Amino acid sequence: MTLWLIIFRSLRQHALSTIITALSIALAGGLLMSVWTVKEQSRATFTGVNGGFDAVLGARGSKLQLVLNAIFHLEASQGNLAAADYLDIKSNRSVALAIPIAVGDNYHSYRLVGTIPELFDQVEYAPGKHYQLEPGGHFFDPARKEAVVGSFVAQKMGLKIGDTFHPFHGLAFDLNQQHADIFTVVGVLKPSNTPSDRVIWIPLEGIQKMQGHDPKAATDVSAVLVKLRTSSPMAGFRLDQLYNKQGNRLTFAWPIAATIAELFDKIGWFDKVLALVSYLVALVATASILASIYNSMNERRREIAILRALGARRRIIFSAIILEAAAISALGMLVAFVVYLGIMFGAATVIRAETGIVLEPFQFNPVMLWAPAALISLGAFAGVVPAMKAYRTDVAEHLTPIS
Amino acid sequence: MPLLQISQLKKSFITPEGDRHTVVDVSSFKMEDKAQVALSGESGSGKTTLLHLIAGILKPDSGSITLAGREMSALGEPARDRLRATTIGYIFQTFNLLQGYTCLENVLLGMSFGPGVDRDFAKSLLCRVGLEQRLKHYPRQLSTGQQQRVAVARALANQPKLVLADEPTGNLDHKNATESLALIRQACRENAAALLLVTHDRDVLSQFDIVQPLAQINKADDIEEISL
Repeated sequence: MTLWLIIFRSLRQHALSTIITALSIALAGGLLMSVWTVKEQSRATFTGVNGGFDAVLGARGSKLQLVLNAIFHLEASQGNLAAADYLDIKSNRSVALAIPIAVGDNYHSYRLVGTIPELFDQVEYAPGKHYQLEPGGHFFDPARKEAVVGSFVAQKMGLKIGDTFHPFHGLAFDLNQQHADIFTVVGVLKPSNTPSDRVIWIPLEGIQKMQGHDPKAATDVSAVLVKLRTSSPMAGFRLDQLYNKQGNRLTFAWPIAATIAELFDKIGWFDKVLALVSYLVALVATASILASIYNSMNERRREIAILRALGARRRIIFSAIILEAAAISALGMLVAFVVYLGIMFGAATVIRAETGIVLEPFQFNPVMLWAPAALISLGAFAGVVPAMKAYRTDVAEHLTPIS
Repeated sequence: MPLLQISQLKKSFITPEGDRHTVVDVSSFKMEDKAQVALSGESGSGKTTLLHLIAGILKPDSGSITLAGREMSALGEPARDRLRATTIGYIFQTFNLLQGYTCLENVLLGMSFGPGVDRDFAKSLLCRVGLEQRLKHYPRQLSTGQQQRVAVARALANQPKLVLADEPTGNLDHKNATESLALIRQACRENAAALLLVTHDRDVLSQFDIVQPLAQINKADDIEEISL
């Protein structure tokens, strides 16, 4: 009781420096936890997203760009495939399902993706999960100018069943690029927490034959999403050989997760820089604990001398300073979870808006244990120097003037 | 056996110039259980240093202090701390109350390093010194006389065998000094504690049956020359 009373009273007596120091710890801890969690959750989520497919076939170019374009609906298309290429891979005996997509138009920056109805009734975008519609809707008729809107787009653009809209040419929104075609919303997808949430799905021909598009490319597709017949890597390996090694016109991105992992490997330096910044902030915050307690030692010495005169042993004084430093860190780490949630919700909002991927701020990550433990330990360690100074306090000298 | 027995006690300090000055040189001093003794001495006569030595705050250069049957100079610092926490109550001239703690907490701290915390006893002590309405007040919210009474309650909190009082009325006006001294003496009697008080105040000294001039027992040569 006594030790905690001494610590509590000291924290209260030095409330301003306690609050400022705890806030610096909170910033460091919150930054460290959020950087770590965003990094790990992003990698796990992005590499786990494949839309229910094993591979993507596209024009010759970067596998990463192909996957980002066809699965994550990011990046520009690197070119088209002829319809024959789609039919060719569709008939390959290793392929269970081939879904063509066509891109090139948008509605207020949200992509229109042309595809075939099989995407909705034959594909599990995640194990056991098919795309589902909000009540009252239906999937589009491939022969009509109908649209199924992703949940995020519907929410942001206020689109609902029965609404009509003009698409705009290109992947970037330009008011002057409006197509004359009018599409009618016939369904709104339930949230899938995948990139599909931020896409407007229309029939393949809707893109191919959009007014103003090149009639000579009217049967081309942008990419083909491929589900292999077997999970055996041999099937993917054979197609990889066929398209990537022997051929030189097309690119077969397989497996999707490995392709996305390459992206994270490429931007791994960015994570490291952020982590390094977090560590530095943590070190500075820890140093601020040392400085704030050390600087207050002169005013504390009389109090320490009184406590010693009352019978407090040196190790109690030493422990009180160490625990006070740890308590400042612990207070900071409590606030750090608020900082963490703030950063995580901000990051999750941006990432969802940009990719459709949903991060879970409340999902447990081991960093939530080791970061507080590390920072509280660092805080306690920072208390060692002032604790030594307190330990060595000369009682008689600081108690009263000797007559 | 006396409660306090001092023999051949010496304590010196090194000045900033590097010279050694002897401040305490007491060949013999005894004090019986529950006795109330006043040591008279002017400023610079080594009064506080002597009390610090008896309390185990300072370690003597040589000689012995036997308190409640224990030879203090043979004890290590932790044991001296423990003996002080359990056996000695200390009233300072400047009270030395902890400003960030309430009256009750100040008294609780007086017992927490010794016999352990007993809130009821702490409250009863504060009631005894007339501060039952000030338990949660901070020292800055009290008058000087009230602060002195908290210091008295705190000195008795560990149920000491010996209360050391260093110029306890030095910061009080005449009326408060008289009341305070009476309170200290009465409280020590009630709690069966001996009282060793040092002062240069003749009014205070006149109220004690046993008054010993410090100059008679402290033979140090340099006592007027050093102020630490």
